[in-house]
Amino acid sequence: MGSQSRPYGGPRREGSGGGGGKRQFSRRRKVCRFCADKIDYIDYKDVRLLGQFIPERGKILPMRTSGTCAPHQRRLMRAIKRARNIAFLPFTADF
Amino acid sequence: MRIYETIFILKPDLPDDEADRIVTQMEAVITSGGGTLRKTDRMGRRRLAYLIRRYREGQYILLDSECNATTVLELERRLKVTEPVLKFQTVRVDEELKRAAKLQAARSKHSAKKKPRGGAAPSAAPSAAPAAAPA
Repeated sequence: MGSQSRPYGGPRREGSGGGGGKRQFSRRRKVCRFCADKIDYIDYKDVRLLGQFIPERGKILPMRTSGTCAPHQRRLMRAIKRARNIAFLPFTADF
Repeated sequence: MRIYETIFILKPDLPDDEADRIVTQMEAVITSGGGTLRKTDRMGRRRLAYLIRRYREGQYILLDSECNATTVLELERRLKVTEPVLKFQTVRVDEELKRAAKLQAARSKHSAKKKPRGGAAPSAAPSAAPAAAPA
């Protein structure tokens, strides 16, 4: 995995999964889900898959939280934005 | 010829025959422009993620076609003026499909080479080998 930027002050981690809560740098153990499953084409119509990367407010999860690798994150981002355009996913979830 | 996916949303209260008429109209635009229709998918009524023209639901139609760019322009122009169409989006997918196919072929060739040589030459047969690649 590429090097990930160190957070500035004490990072506020939510301690969900991963070992121990007092890590200084971001989790490196997480494997990219798409690399593990060998998915090449991320379909913007697959709402079930995409919906796992947009929590409550509808924002796209960053790489350090979701564990995705950079090329897959770019494809995922493109797919999510296409899905938002066609109302499969919300832009913001303040309904 | 490029491969495009056009997806559009129709009003939910549109009667079925009207919806069919619009779909066949759009298909005719593609075929008359010299393209081939690969797939038509009536994805049915779905809930929209946000309000579009005060509607909460819509009928989704997907057209998968292989045509040239001018046909797509014409199709989008038609969709823009058709009143029951709420939203539409066209995506060009041939490059992505080509790249996915290439990765798939490279991966199967890679896994075939890794198998103990039982006389099987690493031919580029895209077998769906569950490659347990040592990470």
